[in-house]
Amino acid sequence: MNALEARNVTKQYATHKALDSVSITIPEKTIYGLLGPNGAGKTTLIRIINQIINAEAGSIEIFGEPLQEKHVGIIGYLPEERGLYKKMKVGDQLMYLAQLKGLSRKDALARIKVWLEKFEIKDWWNKKVEDLSKGMAQKVQFISTVMHEPRLIILDEPFSGFDPVNAQLITEKILELKENGSTIIFSTHRMETVESLCDHIALINKSKKILEGPKKQVKAQYKSNTFIVEHKGSFTLPNRYELVGQNVLEDELISTTIRAHDGIKGNEVIRDLIDLTEVHSFQEKLPTMADIFISLVKGEGDEALKKHLLEV
Amino acid sequence: MNKVWLIIQREFLNRVQKKSFLIATILVPLIIPAIIGGLVYVAIKESESAKAETVHVLDESKLFKFENNKKFNFVAVDMPLEQAKKAYNETKDLALLYVPAIDINKPDGIAIYTKENPSIEKVGELESILAGQIHDFKLKEYNIDEAILKTLRPKVNLKQFNLTDKGEEKSSSSGLLYGLGFALGILIYMFVLIYGIQIMQGVIDEKTSKIVEVIVSSVKPFQLMLGKILGIASVGLLQFIIWIVLITVLSSVTMGYFGAKMPQQQAMEQMNKSFSSNPEVKEAMNQQNGKVGEFLANASEIPFAKIAFVFVFYFLGGYLLYGALFAAVGSAVDSQQEAQQFQFPVTIPLLIGYLGLFMFILRDPHGPISFWLSVIPFTSPVAMVGRIAFGVPDWQLALSMVLLIGGFLLTTWIAGRIYRVGILMTGTKVSYKVLAKWFMQKG
Repeated sequence: MNALEARNVTKQYATHKALDSVSITIPEKTIYGLLGPNGAGKTTLIRIINQIINAEAGSIEIFGEPLQEKHVGIIGYLPEERGLYKKMKVGDQLMYLAQLKGLSRKDALARIKVWLEKFEIKDWWNKKVEDLSKGMAQKVQFISTVMHEPRLIILDEPFSGFDPVNAQLITEKILELKENGSTIIFSTHRMETVESLCDHIALINKSKKILEGPKKQVKAQYKSNTFIVEHKGSFTLPNRYELVGQNVLEDELISTTIRAHDGIKGNEVIRDLIDLTEVHSFQEKLPTMADIFISLVKGEGDEALKKHLLEV
Repeated sequence: MNKVWLIIQREFLNRVQKKSFLIATILVPLIIPAIIGGLVYVAIKESESAKAETVHVLDESKLFKFENNKKFNFVAVDMPLEQAKKAYNETKDLALLYVPAIDINKPDGIAIYTKENPSIEKVGELESILAGQIHDFKLKEYNIDEAILKTLRPKVNLKQFNLTDKGEEKSSSSGLLYGLGFALGILIYMFVLIYGIQIMQGVIDEKTSKIVEVIVSSVKPFQLMLGKILGIASVGLLQFIIWIVLITVLSSVTMGYFGAKMPQQQAMEQMNKSFSSNPEVKEAMNQQNGKVGEFLANASEIPFAKIAFVFVFYFLGGYLLYGALFAAVGSAVDSQQEAQQFQFPVTIPLLIGYLGLFMFILRDPHGPISFWLSVIPFTSPVAMVGRIAFGVPDWQLALSMVLLIGGFLLTTWIAGRIYRVGILMTGTKVSYKVLAKWFMQKG
């Protein structure tokens, strides 16, 4: 079953179209990366899924049902623009937010206690949020997102504001939640997060979805048959290959990047190279997510997106 | 609805548990009777301690007869003016009054010498003593009998009655009604303004602390707005009830304490003992008692239950009407300073009602302007409450109430549409055009 299926979702603002017939399919129990530059429409899509705003056209199904008001209880949302009531105590605050998500007082209390224990912050119950550091407040914020054990968790730039230690802690918790059957949507600029965590990805640019699929499949699709060879002694490249780059390493070692013509397998390349030079190492160069997006965007001639992806 | 209830609870508890709420709720009712009590106390002390002040009189005309009274003690001097001035200067007395030899037809040249500038009140009193005597001299010149003279200055006090439709008489007192209208009108104005601004502040806080997007992923923006408005309303009502109870209790205690010590009352009691045989005094006393009784009777004829109901209705109606607008203003801006430009236009109609209260309603409660002010929803909360004590025809009250309900439904609807977009917008330069665009925006 799919956790979420959006079909032809369109959102028109007075001056611009925020989403132009966007369709995405998010399989259950996956971590789904929603990527794209600022202003592409990611937040609009997320807000529509959270029923904060309504779409003009299109439909959304969540776990096989048309999206309705009752579904707010099974979604956990961590917005990019996030915060807490500064003057409220941590415990009261979590109780309030949990009850707004539809938990009873008793359930809310039990779950919050479990989560505070998980983060080893049981004694924060009576602390006011304004007395917490930013990283501490982020932990509370994360708990508020997941304490009602939502089946679908939507995290918009979850790691901003976390130091590496806490980021690692949050990553562990996210993977744990996935193990327990939650589906997680990541909206992020960070390619390393996408590389390490996401199973599926979608790229949204200029209000349109331009790419979607399982990460492995996307990577395979954008494999460019490029190899990196470390060798001693120079050689002349046969016509079947194209030189991409070369740089000299220490001890007369040279690293050469070559692209083989379509249809040439890795083994063939090794065979060819062994006859030509003293091979020290050989490896296929797989595209990073950033590479894929850049190449994809090149095709679209979108300089802004390319620049954006090169920066991150 | 369950979620709105949760929001109401949070808004209510969060405010009620604050120290500032406790302080305001307890101090205000303490301060008001303390101020009233203080003023009464000072006034009594002053009148008790006020001694008659000595005025030297050099009367060269030999016309006037100065009788000592409560305020002035007249000492006649008989010496040339320069000497009299010197003699006065050596004393600590109030003034030297110099009357040259004048013709009563041309009383010019009367002068007063003092060391400090005397109060207008005292000078006025001396002037009226002199004028009164001149008045009498002249009447005597026309050979008018002294017995007639006495009757020439009768005291008149209009007794007021309202004729009801059925022709029944109801006594009334416009002074009492004026005071009541004045107090209630100002109370509504202050309540609506103070709590309206609290709503706005609350919305801005949610926006700047960025919790709002978390909340609206659980509840509809309209529910959040409604919960906030109702939560703060319940704080206002609670505070109001506590104030009424405390003020009533404290006022009656203070008034009871000072009331027993009122000088007139004491004097009356004494007179009662010593002069009870004197029929003239007795009659004067009865008259005075009659007046107090009349006042109390008038007060008891004012339909307080009806006024209280109308007050609570217009407090809630006015609060909801303006509260929604304040919420919309809060949602549109990122800070309190930015809110000012929109806050002012919102408060203008309220201010018009407030000014109208003094300029029209209390002066002419049944005039056309008073009618319109008390019927139009934006001004009616202050205007109608100020007017109600004077008696408002039922159809006008009904019309005004229906329009007020319609009014707050309308403003809540408009505000809701602006609010749902505004709370998610940060860093936007907001103008009226932008607000209109948000209002029109779908979904």
